Amino acid sequence: MTILHGHSAALRSKRRREGMRTLAFLSPWLIGFSVFFVYPLVSTVYFSLMKYDGFRPPTWNGLTNWTYVFTQYPFFWAAMRNTLWLVVIMVACRVVFGLGIGLLITKIKTGAGLFRTAFYLPYLAPPVAATLAFAFLLNPGTGPVNQVLGDLGLPQPGWFNDPSWSKPALTLLALWGIGDLMVIFMAALLDVPKEQYEAAELDGAGPWKRFRYVTLPNISPIVMFAVVTGVIQTMQYYTQPLIAGKTASGVIGAGAGQIYEPGYPGKSTLTLPQLVYNLGFQRFDTGSACVVALVLFALSMAFTALLMRRRGGLITVED
Amino acid sequence: MPRISRVCLAGAVTALALTATSCTGSSTSGATDDAGKPSTITFWHPWSAPTEVKAIEANVAAFEKAHPNIKVKVVGNVDADKVNQALRAGGSNAPDVVASPETSNVGKFCSSGVFADLDPFLKKSKIDTAKTFPKPMLDYTQFEGTRCALPLLGDAYGLYYNKTAFEKAGITSPPKTLSEFKADAIKLTKTKGDSYSQLGWMPNFHGYEVTVPHLAAQWSPTYFDASGKSNVAKDPAFKELLTWQSDMVKALGGYKKLEKYRSTFGDEWSAQNPLHTGQIAMNIDGEWRGGMMEDAGVDFEWGVAPFPVPDDQADTYGKGFLTGTVIGLASTSGKQNAAWELVKYMTTDTDAVVSFANAINNIPSTFEALKSPKLEDDQAMQAFVKIAENPDSNTTPAAINGSAYQDTLQNFAYDYESGKEKGLDAGLEKTAEQIDTDIAQAK
Repeated sequence: MTILHGHSAALRSKRRREGMRTLAFLSPWLIGFSVFFVYPLVSTVYFSLMKYDGFRPPTWNGLTNWTYVFTQYPFFWAAMRNTLWLVVIMVACRVVFGLGIGLLITKIKTGAGLFRTAFYLPYLAPPVAATLAFAFLLNPGTGPVNQVLGDLGLPQPGWFNDPSWSKPALTLLALWGIGDLMVIFMAALLDVPKEQYEAAELDGAGPWKRFRYVTLPNISPIVMFAVVTGVIQTMQYYTQPLIAGKTASGVIGAGAGQIYEPGYPGKSTLTLPQLVYNLGFQRFDTGSACVVALVLFALSMAFTALLMRRRGGLITVED
Repeated sequence: MPRISRVCLAGAVTALALTATSCTGSSTSGATDDAGKPSTITFWHPWSAPTEVKAIEANVAAFEKAHPNIKVKVVGNVDADKVNQALRAGGSNAPDVVASPETSNVGKFCSSGVFADLDPFLKKSKIDTAKTFPKPMLDYTQFEGTRCALPLLGDAYGLYYNKTAFEKAGITSPPKTLSEFKADAIKLTKTKGDSYSQLGWMPNFHGYEVTVPHLAAQWSPTYFDASGKSNVAKDPAFKELLTWQSDMVKALGGYKKLEKYRSTFGDEWSAQNPLHTGQIAMNIDGEWRGGMMEDAGVDFEWGVAPFPVPDDQADTYGKGFLTGTVIGLASTSGKQNAAWELVKYMTTDTDAVVSFANAINNIPSTFEALKSPKLEDDQAMQAFVKIAENPDSNTTPAAINGSAYQDTLQNFAYDYESGKEKGLDAGLEKTAEQIDTDIAQAK
């Protein structure tokens, strides 16, 4: 009996030591998770309910900031519509284009290295420089793109100066910098077992059927990854629309205090992260800025949950 | 998919989203000291160009010579966000004296108390602000009776015009009223195909300094009534301004045609500014443009005059919009008396103000300095000095939420000029409501 009791105590002690060791191994992540996730989340929720200008101590404000952002702040719904447009259209275009370029480059027999470099290099361009270059190329008055379109007798869009063309122009800019997705898709495509293509060919499958029934199921976790990370990146889309709007409206090198039209032209390039800056740092309304931050968070979570539910997750589990 | 992967992914998504958008903060405190004892103060300023930095360092060196017990640690090229962060956080590395070009932030600096109230310091030094500084400059450095800043040089806006183009068009002198201005702008406009080879003036509100506040100054508007409510729907100045601007847009070719032409303009701050290149013959701009035109080596003669005034206010010709840089004491500073000595020197010592104004091509911010014989007497600078001295010149008042009220009004103006908003009266009413809502939210 004493032996059994001693054995059980030793077992408990061993389990406790193992538990502590596990916790010790997990602690870097736990600390990071608490500092960079739990604390900001709790703070953001807290400040969204407070009146806080960044200088004086915060005071309780109930749901006033929420009401203000949703019903009185004139830029919120325009920014929401733009963000959703970009999430749906721009992300989809990037995934399809990235996959297409990946497929093309993996099929090329000669000069693949050159094409890989050519498609990857734009991704390395700093966002501000890339946007300024596009604003120059797509300038409706002096840009070479419209000059070529004009010479060909085609319509010359206003691009960043036209509300109906500004988001498609941003999408073009995003497609130009497709290098990141191209590399990911190339790696996935080269990983598809060749035997499966051979078996499909023996069964009489043409190129489309081989892509539909062999390639796509094999790379679907990567497609899912591209979509989820694309949605998150687009939720944080700030630099390119801001620079494009400011350049096109003529205030890119603006001096202090110079007025510019947010989301020029016609609020069409306004995104939710721009509102966080406008409210928090230009209007000193940290509480309302936190409301927009939480809306961004909720949208990111909702999109991700929706995609995960439909897809069943990122990793295909083999039985 | 294993459950743990989903949880991890959700965590990663959340962390990414919140790392980019989290909000934190803290509060502030104040301090006092003996200005006669040795001390080192920190001075933050926004200037970064070598000539500007040299000028401010020369001013600080002169101050240190006059006040051997006070050493000044100068930190330049500080933007508004860094200033706000430092004023909020305080601490040993925070500035004691801050100069900022963001006049629109004065409302927040005064109301929150992050800039110390300067009235006790001014009384102690027996400085009568009304006799020392032009009224518009006093207006943008105080908020609701609290003076938490002083003007450190100013900017004045006037009309730049291409004298060579004027001569070719048979115009002998710059316009003084808006009807003369319209006639001259039309005379100076030369069409080319469906565009222009020269435009008299770019009336669209994206035409660089062509903004509501800069133009509205010619009507001497009142942005807020006595109770602090927006006055944009009640003061006829705003309706008259937008009606006039809309008329100019129509007279010069229409919004879309002008907007397409505007897209051919180079950057405002580059040598390709449309006034430099001859794409436009007149423009409203600040005193710095003269130096930039000299540097760009423009191949025509140019002149400066006050911007024209409405015909029924012809007797007020000579006025213009004024703004500038502000300077204040951080309330977190433990050396406010020593810091005040620097602020007093930089803002009220005539030689210091004049030498700094000459060095960076700005307008002096005291009456004495505006009259100083040491002030550079080139034609352009003298024209702006006169605008700054004009008793009818005016500015935009400070508000608790920065420039939000100006942005709201300007946004309505963008929508009105583009035809997105049709009703001027209803639009101004809506704009006033929005301004009041935003201010109520900020209070």
